[in-house]
Amino acid sequence: MKFKKSLTLLLSGALIAGVLAGCSSKSSDSSDGDSGGSGGKVIKIATQSPLSGGSAILGEALKLGAQLKLEEESKKFEKLGYKLQLEPYDDQGDPKKGVSNANVIGADKEIYGIIGHLNSGVTIPSSEVYEKYHVAMVSPAATAVEVTERGLKTVNRIVARDDFQGPAGAEYAVKELGAKTAFIIQDKTAYGQGLADEFKKAIESQGAKVVGYEGITVGEKDFNGVINKAKSQNPDVIYFGGLYAEGGLIIKQAREKGIDVPIMGGDGLDSSGLVDIAGDKVANTYITSVAGDSTKTESGKKFVEDYKAKFNKKAESYSVYGYDSMGVLLKGIEDAIKANGDKLPSKEKVAEAVRAVKDYKGALTEVSFDDKGDNTKAKVFLYKFDKASYPPALQGEVSQ
Amino acid sequence: MLHEMIQSLPQVLIDGLTLGTVYAVVALGYTMVYGILQLINFAHGEIFMSGAFIGTAILIAFSSMGLLHSIPSILVVIIMLVVAAVLTGFLGMGIERVAYRPLRNAPRLIPLITAIGISFVLQDVVRFIAELAKGNYIITGPSLFTKQIHIPTSSISSVFHDSSFKTSFLLVLIIAIILMIALDFFVNKTKYGTAMRAVSLDRDTAALMSINVNKIISVTFFVGSALGGATGVLFAVQYGTIDPYIGFILGLKAFTAAVLGGIGNIRGAMLGGIILGILEMFAAANLSLLTGGVLGAEYKDVFAFAILILVLIFKPEGLLGKPVAEKV
Repeated sequence: MKFKKSLTLLLSGALIAGVLAGCSSKSSDSSDGDSGGSGGKVIKIATQSPLSGGSAILGEALKLGAQLKLEEESKKFEKLGYKLQLEPYDDQGDPKKGVSNANVIGADKEIYGIIGHLNSGVTIPSSEVYEKYHVAMVSPAATAVEVTERGLKTVNRIVARDDFQGPAGAEYAVKELGAKTAFIIQDKTAYGQGLADEFKKAIESQGAKVVGYEGITVGEKDFNGVINKAKSQNPDVIYFGGLYAEGGLIIKQAREKGIDVPIMGGDGLDSSGLVDIAGDKVANTYITSVAGDSTKTESGKKFVEDYKAKFNKKAESYSVYGYDSMGVLLKGIEDAIKANGDKLPSKEKVAEAVRAVKDYKGALTEVSFDDKGDNTKAKVFLYKFDKASYPPALQGEVSQ
Repeated sequence: MLHEMIQSLPQVLIDGLTLGTVYAVVALGYTMVYGILQLINFAHGEIFMSGAFIGTAILIAFSSMGLLHSIPSILVVIIMLVVAAVLTGFLGMGIERVAYRPLRNAPRLIPLITAIGISFVLQDVVRFIAELAKGNYIITGPSLFTKQIHIPTSSISSVFHDSSFKTSFLLVLIIAIILMIALDFFVNKTKYGTAMRAVSLDRDTAALMSINVNKIISVTFFVGSALGGATGVLFAVQYGTIDPYIGFILGLKAFTAAVLGGIGNIRGAMLGGIILGILEMFAAANLSLLTGGVLGAEYKDVFAFAILILVLIFKPEGLLGKPVAEKV
């Protein structure tokens, strides 16, 4: 017995020593990486997006978009004497996984930039790590206000912020739909209430009257109480801040009660699930979304064709954002290399150069970063459901 | 203010009654099990949810076979109800056998914890199956009984607005009432019902009177769960969209309704459910009027539960509960 016990102790001691040794060697590596500037001719770009789990389709689309751009640009970099390499990471849509990947990425001295993430919730904690290692990040899809509001030097995004969707919806409601009164429903979550509050502020400043502002509980299925209230107020438009599961039911139950005014919402409603739930009652519903339609521009169309030819998959709405994010990032790296006399710049210089990108024209988006890393040229797109089919029809776009 | 509230009253009553009857039938399941075992079966909300999914699966199967137009809708609903009720009944019996019977002599808290465990298992099993079959766990079935019926309530008195409801409302109401009457008859007039009441009064003495206690408890779980599953079907028909988590909030509210009516008392559960449904709907429609816009509809549950607390302070045994309650 005694022998067994001491053997266990010895073995576990050895294991711990091994783990500790592994850690220490890694951390010394990364401190080298920080000061690094000369040496290796390989430039690695990491992508971080969910490649497994519920939003794997979108995460994969981001990655493939980024990959396409990287391969297109690799010739140009070879002329400069550098070899581009893509390192895909799977963040599983999970903040914990994102952060642990971020630590691995930060420790790799050849990784000069990150395309990611899909979710704001993962972007926020992971970007704290990137900031520590001074690695530039360009997010194709994170829309939460907080992502750039923390003043991190390495964090950039090419999509519009959440707090722009509400005003864009309000402007459309007043100018195009001629709404004079609005009834607002929100789902009491940070996303839904934030969206609804922004809409309320904006539509009041446009001169329309808010005749009701009510909340619902996520997960319930009966919203008739709130809808009765809305019906008695007879508004010109109903705005819903929340996700499609509740949104679809509200649309359905409102239409069943004979409310036929336009119903509006944010990108939380941008899902084929909305159509499944509301069925043909979805007609006359408007949504704002930060994702545009890639087939609307010439370069966008070319992207969709190239994407199809290369991967034999249909481009998702966010594919082109992965592509353009990679474009912006590589532009920044290229600028930094040139500014450094064709020598490999430090990671800080790359981050500065990415932030300094102005008037970059991608396949669908135009990008100019402001001092927070928000894209001043980001647009919000307005879609309308006419019948029970997804995707809805593009109605217009609003720029900041 | 009062004027506006009265205007919308008929509509509020109709919607509240729909929700209330659903609460009432689910509350029956809680109250029956509590009456006989003094156990709060928190998995009952998930049995309700499983019933909704079984019903919707049958509905989707019928519509994909193209039978929906050839068979009258009412027959489809009856098939859904019967199949879902039988399956969830056996599910309830199985849960009792696996999770509660081995713990019958353990302290009260232990089966409560297994009940919570069972509800997590059911949620995730249903979610897994739904995702496997449809790729998404929020399921929307084909809609039945969507015809709108308008009642010109304004012609009764000009203070009311007109109101309207879907035909499915009538279906839910009628079937729920049939279920409740049938249960009342079963408990009060049949041999099994008498045995159930005897077991709930005194398990040991009932066993001495040659009543098979285990069998009676199984029957109680079967009946209670079948009612829950059947209500799930009614819910799916009325609201169309279901997900594996509907049982949680609804189960909590139905449990509240059971306590409000006096837990262990069947008629109390029915009354409690209907009162809670109407209170909730009333609060959702009128709360911001009552408070001058300070509190919106999102506080409807606060309002309903504040009233619940008031009732329980003055009548801790619930509305119809007697200090020495006739249980089951």
